[in-house]
Amino acid sequence: MRNFLSDKCVGLKPSGIRKFFDVVSEMPDAISLGVGEPDFDTPWHIREEGIYSLERGRTFYTSNAGLKELKVEVCRYLKRRCGLTYDADRDVMITVGGSEAIDMALRAMLNPGDEVLIPQPSYVSYEPCCLLADGVPVIIELKEEDQFRLKPEQLLAAITERTKILVLPFPNNPTGGIMERADLEAIAKVLIEKDIFVLSDEIYSELTYGQEHVSIASLPGMKERTIVINGFSKAYAMTGWRLGYAAGPSEIIKQMIKIHQYAIMCAPTTSQYAAVEAMRNGDEDVARMREAYDGRRRYLLHAMEEMKLECFEPKGAFYIFPNIRRFGMSSEEFANRLLQEEKVAVVPGTAFGDCGEGFIRISYAYSLEDLKEAISRVARFVGRLDQRGAAC
Amino acid sequence: MRDKILRMLERNSRIDLKDLAVMLGSDEVTVANEIAQMEKENIICGYHTMINWENTSQEKVIALIEVRVTPQRGMGFDKLAERIYQYEEVETVYLMSGGYDFTVILDGKTLREVSQFVSDKLSTLESVLSTSTHFVLKKYKEHGTVLARKTKDERMLVTP
Repeated sequence: MRNFLSDKCVGLKPSGIRKFFDVVSEMPDAISLGVGEPDFDTPWHIREEGIYSLERGRTFYTSNAGLKELKVEVCRYLKRRCGLTYDADRDVMITVGGSEAIDMALRAMLNPGDEVLIPQPSYVSYEPCCLLADGVPVIIELKEEDQFRLKPEQLLAAITERTKILVLPFPNNPTGGIMERADLEAIAKVLIEKDIFVLSDEIYSELTYGQEHVSIASLPGMKERTIVINGFSKAYAMTGWRLGYAAGPSEIIKQMIKIHQYAIMCAPTTSQYAAVEAMRNGDEDVARMREAYDGRRRYLLHAMEEMKLECFEPKGAFYIFPNIRRFGMSSEEFANRLLQEEKVAVVPGTAFGDCGEGFIRISYAYSLEDLKEAISRVARFVGRLDQRGAAC
Repeated sequence: MRDKILRMLERNSRIDLKDLAVMLGSDEVTVANEIAQMEKENIICGYHTMINWENTSQEKVIALIEVRVTPQRGMGFDKLAERIYQYEEVETVYLMSGGYDFTVILDGKTLREVSQFVSDKLSTLESVLSTSTHFVLKKYKEHGTVLARKTKDERMLVTP
């Protein structure tokens, strides 16, 4: 029989998370610090709106770009939270999670050989989506000493005449790093000078601690060269609803909608009705969850300090990214041994790019009680490693 | 600061003082002082345990009684309420707007205890015009906590 597989697809690396997931699945009594989704249920009033839409028999398709009501709410939200003005009819589309928007944007914009700058450690899908769209990923390594922020010098050094897009993944999964206004201004200057477009993945924008998120699109001269990607998963604890959106220049959104219409048709209708409710009446829920995350974030940082695990202070998302280099083992080895010896699952930093080596990702999307139990085990493990280290 | 402390304590009054301080980005002494001050100011009035008696062998009858009264000269609602809430077995007393005046919640051991309280003590008070007693059949949620359900984390163990 012929080989029916696509070389491009076969050539893609399987996700490092997937590999680790298989290991963890063998151990059903393990406690996990490995999830990338909120521990909260979707607030009831939002769920109820979804149920109500089903009861009303709203089980049809919506228009390709999404429910008009929802697009209007998205525009209001972006205005209210980021000071951005978009036209609901032309500049916005509703997608199946932020992940679809990433895929659509890259496919709509890349020609074979176009280079895409991807800062890492970061979410797992930018590189494969870029490859599937025939782009050439160019990795920029974010550094702990820079608080995992993207520096203009790094950006400048990575730009070639083939560079077309910069992916800007902040607040960042897995590091928890953010970009403040001044950081973004420095980046924007380079982007405008070199005529480069930005894919700004702001899915964690509601989860910043101590300062408000700034969207790069809100800086002068940037809106016309930015696609803002966001969604409902993290802010409203709606991961399973699979709903996100993209906002940007209408000529790009138009092309994205074309692919979306053939590949997806439209985002799930039930989810879209629920999301309208989330945007209209969900601010308090977001604030309540943010406050809970912030408390846990502080708790974990303190725990890291107590067990002398060096850890950069994250200001966003719901992860900490401690440095484990001093134990002289790889991230994967550390994660595997922690799992075997103490039955705690964390994600090796390398799942988010090679430069994640030497770090692990710990999620704080867990109740304080769960965190306490898990952290006491991590502390025991680290204590043992230190003792052994001291002995030899 | 105070609001944050209260929100945390309201959910879990047994939270470790050290954890509480860490989570609020403060120190133990400050938080302890703040709590002590709020106790003094009667903002924090007590620390109770939420018990789902249904899961014990204890038989308990909970009754909600609507009470209509006529306040008399020199004896407003507050005075009347006091005469009612002084009884041991009275768990809760609220002054209400609408069709009746007080909600009295009674935590009795038996049906007989409840009915004795209503007939012997409550309805014999001079100002009480009428009472209407409702028995609680099942408690679903109390103090923001769902009693019936034990939640289990059903998320996948590792996700990106």
